[in-house]
Amino acid sequence: MSELAAAEHGHDHYDPEANKLGFWLFLFTELLLFGTMFIAFAMYQDMYKIEFIEGTHHQNIILGTVNTIVLLTSSLTMALAIQALRRGLKTLSIAYMAFTIVCSAGFCVIKFIEWSAKYHKGIFLLNENMDTLPKGEQVYYGLYFTMTGFHAFHVLVGALLIIWVMVAVAKGKVHAKRLSFIDNVGLFWHLVDLVWIFLFPLFYLIR
Amino acid sequence: MNPDSKNFYEVARGLTSWLFTTDHKRIGILYLICVMTFFVIAALLGITIRLELFSSNSEAGGSLLGGGEIYNRILTLHGVIMIFLFIIPAIPGVFGNFFLPIMIGAEDVSFPRINLLSWYCYIIGAALALFAILSGAIDTGWTFYVPYSAKTGANLILPLSAAYMLGWSSILTGINFIVTVHRLRAKEMKMFRMPLFVWASYATGWIQVIATPVVGITLILLLLERFLGIGIFDPTKGGDPILYQHMFWIYSHPAVYVMVLPAMGVVSEIIPTFSRKTIFGYSFIAWSTMAIAAIGSLVWAHHMFTSGMADESRILFSFLTFFVAVPSAVKIFNWLATMYKGSIHLEPPMIFGLIFVLLFSIGGFTGLMNGTLSIDIHIHDTAFVVGHFHYTMFGGVGVMFFGALLYWFPKMFGRNYNKKIIYLCGFLFFVGFNMLYGTMKWLGIQGMPRRYADYVPEYEFWNRVATVGSWVMVGGLFLMIFHLLYSVFKGSKAEDNPWEGTTLEWQTTSPPPLVNFNEPPQIPEKPYDYPEEVKS
Repeated sequence: MSELAAAEHGHDHYDPEANKLGFWLFLFTELLLFGTMFIAFAMYQDMYKIEFIEGTHHQNIILGTVNTIVLLTSSLTMALAIQALRRGLKTLSIAYMAFTIVCSAGFCVIKFIEWSAKYHKGIFLLNENMDTLPKGEQVYYGLYFTMTGFHAFHVLVGALLIIWVMVAVAKGKVHAKRLSFIDNVGLFWHLVDLVWIFLFPLFYLIR
Repeated sequence: MNPDSKNFYEVARGLTSWLFTTDHKRIGILYLICVMTFFVIAALLGITIRLELFSSNSEAGGSLLGGGEIYNRILTLHGVIMIFLFIIPAIPGVFGNFFLPIMIGAEDVSFPRINLLSWYCYIIGAALALFAILSGAIDTGWTFYVPYSAKTGANLILPLSAAYMLGWSSILTGINFIVTVHRLRAKEMKMFRMPLFVWASYATGWIQVIATPVVGITLILLLLERFLGIGIFDPTKGGDPILYQHMFWIYSHPAVYVMVLPAMGVVSEIIPTFSRKTIFGYSFIAWSTMAIAAIGSLVWAHHMFTSGMADESRILFSFLTFFVAVPSAVKIFNWLATMYKGSIHLEPPMIFGLIFVLLFSIGGFTGLMNGTLSIDIHIHDTAFVVGHFHYTMFGGVGVMFFGALLYWFPKMFGRNYNKKIIYLCGFLFFVGFNMLYGTMKWLGIQGMPRRYADYVPEYEFWNRVATVGSWVMVGGLFLMIFHLLYSVFKGSKAEDNPWEGTTLEWQTTSPPPLVNFNEPPQIPEKPYDYPEEVKS
């Protein structure tokens, strides 16, 4: 074996523990990214209690609740997909992931409906109507669009990652003995879910 | 030919063998080339700043740069390049990448391809930063404080995305180092047998992972504020500009430990090696490294004593700032105790190690002055602060970057340099450095503000001393850089262990083979295990 090939072989060494640790560290950075915005939310919520409650009254709780259910369901099916692959049930795993992607698309559609409803009411970034609102409400909506926007972006990235894993599973690159990739994408998806679990009560339920 | 005798330069040739390499040593060399280039550019910008400050304009009848705007831009560039493109990636990117795996007996880092990705993030970030310079530059200072940064006409999207990409580079390197230390240590290489440079890189990795995302999201929020008016930092919409400062410094103070911890790690390698003595208080140094990483995350608001904050929090942050000096002092005492009764060899790396201890102590003490609430109100935003952080960042990290380069140069390139030239460079650097930054502290105490392009004539004499000092210092440094560059190609062949080092990198050939060790290295019980007779 040539030296380069030997090194390549060394580089290709599969270490699920390392992959898991590395990905948890990455998730940690995601947590801090959202955590920073949650701290900003906490500070402004304290500064503008009344305005924030006023803002909450303009949210559509029904759509928010439906979206929460959709996302929680998708998290469950993602976990089931990993379990299925662990037992070697390739087709079932792919089916569960397909369902997860349908859920994520559903989440984005509902989010779009919510945002466009606000847009038609004149509540949107850069809209002149926003300047007429009380200061605290402007911050509330600023945070709302920023945080749910970041979250929606993560949903999109997560969905793309799941599609990528589906292809890898279909091609047999990810299988019962080589689960790191699907495990990590699953973790990412649960993080997306987890962030929403906090966003939902903060923006919709505090009244 | 026995493939074992090939070093990592010889196994593959050509540009693509470098640009697509996953070998941690080659990535280290790539970082070295870039970091060095940016250092030279930023040093020249620094010289330009000092030239502008050579004379008080009211007397000389005009400014060199023709006005404050260009001065502000040069000042910003100097800061941005030195901080983001030189100091932060310098030691982890070059020496961490090259030596961390070797020092724990590994073949590579845990994620070699992500390691390369991290270098590309760095290059993209650097390219964006340079493009920002060419396309009209930035005038906000490296801190991008709101509300000015949300309103300035300068194009901020380039430098902010540059900082964001560089942040990713930093996070990916950090994750790689943490995982590598946990997963790839050779069997007998227990955590508390690791060389202290590895400990320092490990702690740095943690700070990079913990702190960098915060500044990442802060810079994105700033962009959103500028382009979409989200109002989080805009007082006319109910936002609070001070929040930006908090979020910025929550990263940017720990970032100074990202810069300084690896430098301290290098000192902990150099001092025992050239004292031929086991390091004094190994576990204390290891733990103090972790303590600095932890406490250093809780002191950010000492940058904001005059920004508007409750007295209680100012006192608390002042106290915590004193507290973080304790583990740093533990290290200084341990290094001095290591040298005590050692067999001290004043080779060039050791000279730089000693320069570090002296300059960093001065920087540390003046740091305590800044951290003292009452004194800080007086010296805030004066040249004193500039003097202080150049003592810690340049006198500390910059010096140790060159110290590390001198220490590991024979191993990295398999060549020697001329020691006499390096002694001369070290002397010029030391004299010029103190002329430049020592004087700045004196000017600051007298009330000279920082960042200004001009000053009243009373400050002229000491400003001239500082400017002359900058020529001496940079002269010494550039001479060293050119000599080292020359030695890479023309130096005499180096031995495998020219300094009688005991850590693993000295057990392999100079330069090392692709897989780092031709035969498995012997892991010593203690990382700096010198025989008893040398010790006493």
